[in-house]
Amino acid sequence: MKLVKKAIAGTMESSDIMITIAPAEEKGIKLDLQSSVMQQYGKQIEAVIKETLAGIGVESAEVVAIDKGALDCTIRARVGAAAFRAAESTDFAWEVRK
Amino acid sequence: MEKRYTKERLRRSMMFVPGNNPGMIADSRIYNADSIMFDLEDSVSYTEKDTARFLVYNALKTLNFGKKEIVVRINDLASGLGIKDLEAIVPAGVHVVRLPKTDSAQDVIDCEREIERIEKEHGIPVGSTGMMAAIESANGVLNAREIAHASDRLIGIALGAEDYVTDLKTTRADGTELLFARSMILNGARSAGIAALDTVYSDVNNEEGFIAECTLIKKLGFDGKSVINPRQIAPLHKCLVPGEKDLRKAYAIMDAIAEANAKGSGVASLNGKMIDKPVVIRAQRLIALAEADKAAAEEE
Amino acid sequence: MVELNKIPHIGEIANRGVYAGPKAKKTENFATRTDSPDKILATIEDAVKATGLKDGMTISFHHHFRGGDHIVNQVVDVLAKMGFKNLTLAASSLSGVHAPLIDHIKNGVISHIETSGLRGELAEQISRGLMEFPIVFRSHGGRAAAIDSGELHIDVAFLGAPSCDPYGNANGYSRDDDDSILCGSMGYAVPDATHADKVVVLTNNLVKYPNMPCAIPEHQVDYIVVIDDIGDPKGIMSGATRYTKNPKELLIAQTAAEVIDAAGYFYDGFSMQMGSGGASLAAARYLRQMMIDKGIKCRFALGGITGQIASMHEEGLVERILDVQSFDLDAAQSLKKNFDHHQISATYYASFLQDAAVDQLDFVILSALEIDTDFNVNVLTGSDGVIRGAIGGHPDTAAGASLAVVVAPLTRGRIPSIIDKVNTVVTPGATVDVVVTDQGVAVNPNRPEVAEKLKAAGIKVFTIEQLKAKAEAIVGKPEPIRYKDNIVGVVMYRDNTVIDVIRQIEE
Repeated sequence: MKLVKKAIAGTMESSDIMITIAPAEEKGIKLDLQSSVMQQYGKQIEAVIKETLAGIGVESAEVVAIDKGALDCTIRARVGAAAFRAAESTDFAWEVRK
Repeated sequence: MEKRYTKERLRRSMMFVPGNNPGMIADSRIYNADSIMFDLEDSVSYTEKDTARFLVYNALKTLNFGKKEIVVRINDLASGLGIKDLEAIVPAGVHVVRLPKTDSAQDVIDCEREIERIEKEHGIPVGSTGMMAAIESANGVLNAREIAHASDRLIGIALGAEDYVTDLKTTRADGTELLFARSMILNGARSAGIAALDTVYSDVNNEEGFIAECTLIKKLGFDGKSVINPRQIAPLHKCLVPGEKDLRKAYAIMDAIAEANAKGSGVASLNGKMIDKPVVIRAQRLIALAEADKAAAEEE
Repeated sequence: MVELNKIPHIGEIANRGVYAGPKAKKTENFATRTDSPDKILATIEDAVKATGLKDGMTISFHHHFRGGDHIVNQVVDVLAKMGFKNLTLAASSLSGVHAPLIDHIKNGVISHIETSGLRGELAEQISRGLMEFPIVFRSHGGRAAAIDSGELHIDVAFLGAPSCDPYGNANGYSRDDDDSILCGSMGYAVPDATHADKVVVLTNNLVKYPNMPCAIPEHQVDYIVVIDDIGDPKGIMSGATRYTKNPKELLIAQTAAEVIDAAGYFYDGFSMQMGSGGASLAAARYLRQMMIDKGIKCRFALGGITGQIASMHEEGLVERILDVQSFDLDAAQSLKKNFDHHQISATYYASFLQDAAVDQLDFVILSALEIDTDFNVNVLTGSDGVIRGAIGGHPDTAAGASLAVVVAPLTRGRIPSIIDKVNTVVTPGATVDVVVTDQGVAVNPNRPEVAEKLKAAGIKVFTIEQLKAKAEAIVGKPEPIRYKDNIVGVVMYRDNTVIDVIRQIEE
């Protein structure tokens, strides 16, 4: 999936995560993560963000994530929503269709 | 085929949870609402419809809601958003789709057609997903019976009072303004053998008013009610669950029936009064409700 | 003429010799006399000089002004200007408003701190190694015992008071007026006033003698300074503590009330304490309704007192209030006007040296930041290892109450409350009987009879390990906090033995 613009999803409320995602020149995911639970869950959050992007085919992006203690499912939702907004795409493949 | 929903179950409380609030979604299971309804419609602003859809989709896929019934209120199909909502939540495993602003049986049929298409596309057995219709207009109220009969998937029909009173050119007051709609919906639901669910009570801090409304809908015969705050669940259940005295009487009736049957007598009586069939049915319902309440309380 | 040496056993009779006539009698009237008493000095600096304070000594403060306190910062500023070094600051507690102490620590004015708790920027910096000498954290009961026994010696106590008369009778309110600042009970200042070598009262409200009732009697007070500003009334206390509307806290509170009833500690004549924190305070609301429904009364409510407890007293549901600290204006007003709302000292409240009021508690409901699978409780350090709380009366009441109920949400955001090992042990698990969360109740295995009673009442009881697993299923398993070896805090149990240490966080 190709990103065409900068986009944001999520809020700075407790239990949420705000994801800002923008197209990047260089290949790879450049992640700037701030979290209220950095010590305990920083690695886990980073892994979920990267897996989610890989899962929807985003290979290069600049991502800023401000986390307020979001659960993994919330992180996946916000990353997904931000990426589709950044790609100006509505072609969500919610599930692999059988 | 294994359905995701059961028609017959306890539906005293259906708790509204805004679909774009991750904290409230995560916490929704800790309250003992019988059903949880994630809302993609009125509680989500137009610009956040996509993010809420992502959030509810991921919550349905990931979080453990125990044995609770999981309902999602979609946007109406005419807005163009409803179908997108269905595309996400049907594959994600929603138990019951709540269709808002249902004016006619055709609205239900149209929605069911989309659900069926999505089920087929995803290899989900057709008919797995339940539906309920919220009636929020004069037209809908007058069509309540047809709406209730419009699909086999329907578990119930509900009143959405805010839009309805506006359509009626009145406002929410003491309940008189809703009596006709409630009666229509109740009779429509009963004629189809499905649940009748009452509207929300929005003044969260007025516990007295809330209890009065719960008492009224119990008298009318409703199965339950939508709640907008977890604090409303306990008083609602307290109203709807039979009290000790009623329950003792119900058990006494059932004992008398059992005794009569054992004697081979066709006629049972309690305290000199003959027990006829409606009395037995009501006693059975009371006991079933009390037992379901106990089971719900013990549920993880 | 008395001849002392003719009196048998005179060496064994306490005496100061033979009567030599009276001191000069004062003849001016009372009104004139109280106009210019000797105890009142013009400035804090004058008072400091008069006390004979020296480098290396210990000064003390109370925390009844909470976040509105202006006493600590004003006094330490003066001490810094006067060139004092190497002082020990022993406060009953400190809060976010005391961040200016950071500069005085860096300047060497303050080299050591004793307190019940720390918050804000001061706590952040101390957690990051600001002080070489570790902070000593004591419970309210432990501090009172340490001062009473002389283990913690206070050279000079600087005690802010919302009212004081010219002879030093000081109090947290005044029955002479209705517009002075209120802090209600001053129970935590009493050990300081009783045992400090010198006591300075700082007040903005000099009232007529006798200022009774008083928390601190004149014979304990050496000097009085009248200052314009003792604190910000809004920060000292706000109108009324409102019951939480947070549905999760209400759920926890209701369950806690049900647990207490089921466990058999809710009977006519029971005694209780509610800790601070939304859920524990809200339990009072459910207990109140249960008292009305059952037609029973509470003999006494103890501890930090809120307006809710005061109104239950006024309704006749709570017979006596023992108030060591008033949490809001309604509580302070009740203390001022209600005969059976009593002000008590920290010693009376919770000292372990003898039986104290905590030892007469049926139950206490306490909050927690973390609870571990041994039921140990942490209320002092956050999940990131940074100090952000206070011991308060937590270990005192848990030890004293027949049933100590600890309430916490199972998770806070992504942070689990129930974990393998708490970051800091404040209250030992052996004194914690029941843990109540929004997603289940666990009973300490050393109270099997309580578990049986709860089950018999239809309350589902989990093991603490099951609760921990539930939390982890939601939020995942946290990685442990990394610490350096450097010890920044020493945690004392209520008997003033060392129960744990706090280390510098690794970033």
